[in-house]
Amino acid sequence: MRHVFSVRIGPASFRVGSDWRAPVDQLRALYAGYPAPEGGIADYTVRLSATRPWRRFVRPSVAIAGDYMLPDAAPLPLAHGLLAAEMAMNLQLALGERRFLLLHAATVERDGRAIVLTGESGAGKSTLAALLSARGWRLMGDEFALLDPETGLLHAFPRLVSLKNAAIDVVRAALPDARFGPLMAGTPKGDIRHLVPGEAALAAMDQLARPVRLVFPRYGFTPDARPVGAGEAFVRLTQASTNYVALGEQGFDALTRFVRAVPAIAIDYPDAASAIAAIEAEA
Amino acid sequence: MAATRYRAPAQGGLRIAALDDLVAIYHRASGITHLAVAPVPELMEAMAGEWRTLDALADAFGLAADERGALIERLEELVATGLVEAA
Repeated sequence: MRHVFSVRIGPASFRVGSDWRAPVDQLRALYAGYPAPEGGIADYTVRLSATRPWRRFVRPSVAIAGDYMLPDAAPLPLAHGLLAAEMAMNLQLALGERRFLLLHAATVERDGRAIVLTGESGAGKSTLAALLSARGWRLMGDEFALLDPETGLLHAFPRLVSLKNAAIDVVRAALPDARFGPLMAGTPKGDIRHLVPGEAALAAMDQLARPVRLVFPRYGFTPDARPVGAGEAFVRLTQASTNYVALGEQGFDALTRFVRAVPAIAIDYPDAASAIAAIEAEA
Repeated sequence: MAATRYRAPAQGGLRIAALDDLVAIYHRASGITHLAVAPVPELMEAMAGEWRTLDALADAFGLAADERGALIERLEELVATGLVEAA
């Protein structure tokens, strides 16, 4: 690979190699405040390859690869190289991680107490986590909650926050001084722009937190809140985990312990303000 | 012909966690998590590591003759999931 970038995000480190300079330059700029992998050796390797050698010059498109691959992952145009890199990094962690139970969730923390927000794409995880970070919560991550099976504590994974469509302007208004990546218009997920987590999130990325609330937010509905029982939370989290099956009994123990210890609530919301109020009322 | 007998894994073969009205059962042999409600955990316990006939299980739960059909259905479901053996 001609261009290489390495970074550590919480307990996971990545080495991204690319046939092109642009995605690596963008990563280097956006992850400027992050540490390098410990000992210089990354946990995961990501490759952004030209789909065909000659396509590096003619209509360049990016195929993502690494230790773990999805055979059906479609190549992306080079203009979306940053998105491809982020997707590839997530994929390596999602499929390769064995130290932690991975939950597809955003996490914020205050005074050592963490709120875990989980739900399908479009539920508002990233948006709500970013908005909560503007209100003094520490952003632990917008994509994966890393649950330590031994301790029941959460590790932070504060990667770039992936904001989509209308959420981009909502978060820019709430965090006017924050740094953002380039606007990538018309990706398979719509318009995407990355938010760089603030200094507080980076400075505390190695601090663990105890989960105290599990929230299932749902955007686009009249305000409502209902408690979610441990059984339903367990079922929904097995679906929201990328490595539950791979962890075997350790995953079962970690998840049953989590849903028994952490009260869960489902929150429907029509706008960000009502969701924030409902979540902070739980904290 | 001998009556069909059923057996669930011995206690060490399963991890069972009650989660409100659901029970999560981790089957160590297959690595599969099953979700169940009453009376499945009780049924599993009654034949944990021991071959039991339908009659013995029906007696253990004090079932009337017209309730045996439901017991047979539950047992056949458990056999289909691999949690219970039939012989």
